[in-house]
Amino acid sequence: MSAGQTSAGCRIGVITFPGTLDDVDAARAVRYAGAQPVSLWHADDDLRGVDAVVVPGGFSYGDYLRAGAIAAHQPVLRAVVDAARRGTPVLGICNGFQILCEAGLLPGALVRNAGLHFVCRDQRLRVETNATAWTGRYGAGAEIVVPLKSIEGRYVADASTLTALAGEGRVVLRYLGTSPNGAVQDIAGIASADGRVVGLMPHPEHAIDSLTGPSTDGLDFFRSAIDAVLGSVRV
Amino acid sequence: MPRVVVDVVPKPEILDPQGQAIVRALPRMGLRGVRDVRQGKHFELDVDDDVDAETLHRIAGELLANPVIENWTVRRL
Repeated sequence: MSAGQTSAGCRIGVITFPGTLDDVDAARAVRYAGAQPVSLWHADDDLRGVDAVVVPGGFSYGDYLRAGAIAAHQPVLRAVVDAARRGTPVLGICNGFQILCEAGLLPGALVRNAGLHFVCRDQRLRVETNATAWTGRYGAGAEIVVPLKSIEGRYVADASTLTALAGEGRVVLRYLGTSPNGAVQDIAGIASADGRVVGLMPHPEHAIDSLTGPSTDGLDFFRSAIDAVLGSVRV
Repeated sequence: MPRVVVDVVPKPEILDPQGQAIVRALPRMGLRGVRDVRQGKHFELDVDDDVDAETLHRIAGELLANPVIENWTVRRL
């Protein structure tokens, strides 16, 4: 349940764009993890001094043009890019992952599922690295179950990008079992070179309470960020 | 007012399942001989006279297309 123990001083921003759906669940996950959620609006040009940022899922701007393309050019995203360059932890979930790729904070892109259908299921995943600001609490190689719900979830990148991601330990999550979307090398999530920015298609914020999710496996993403902010974990 | 056309298509190495769905639909309509389809986007822009080629290149490459996955062409009509 809701913790709020030692980390109430940690403030984590959650951005809302027109068309964002999962900002409320993301804020709830931040609260469950023991930090204070701070609502950020797409037209804001600063981040209100938050310690970390979540770009949640949904269909920002109706996903017109491409998923995440319009959101990536909004004022608040310029502030996120600046903050990320200073090492502020940033998590992009689903549409948020698409936005971070469109904004150039993460390499590659998310395109239409190979099977063309919207996929909504409880997805088994392997946490490939805990050397990021958002996965420090997991054991490397841990298997988790978290909801996946997307139609443009197929991660693609060119060969040199994939070589760099693998060589630098920046593949954060892989799909287990039958591929839900045809993502290259079953990649479900990746990190920036400094491990502070993570993007993933599955939704850890929907897996924080057994009453409403398939597991509580997602909560440690948010707890990990608190650790990273408070400096108890160096990444 | 000049009109500019920007066409955007997925890069050859990017699987295009939407194009494949079209390829599979055509024989069911009795329309044969189409081996491949790449589905893209077509933009028509009405621009001021002083919009130069570099600006059009930025419009296409920074917003209309994602260079990671798409190629584009810019044509002035």
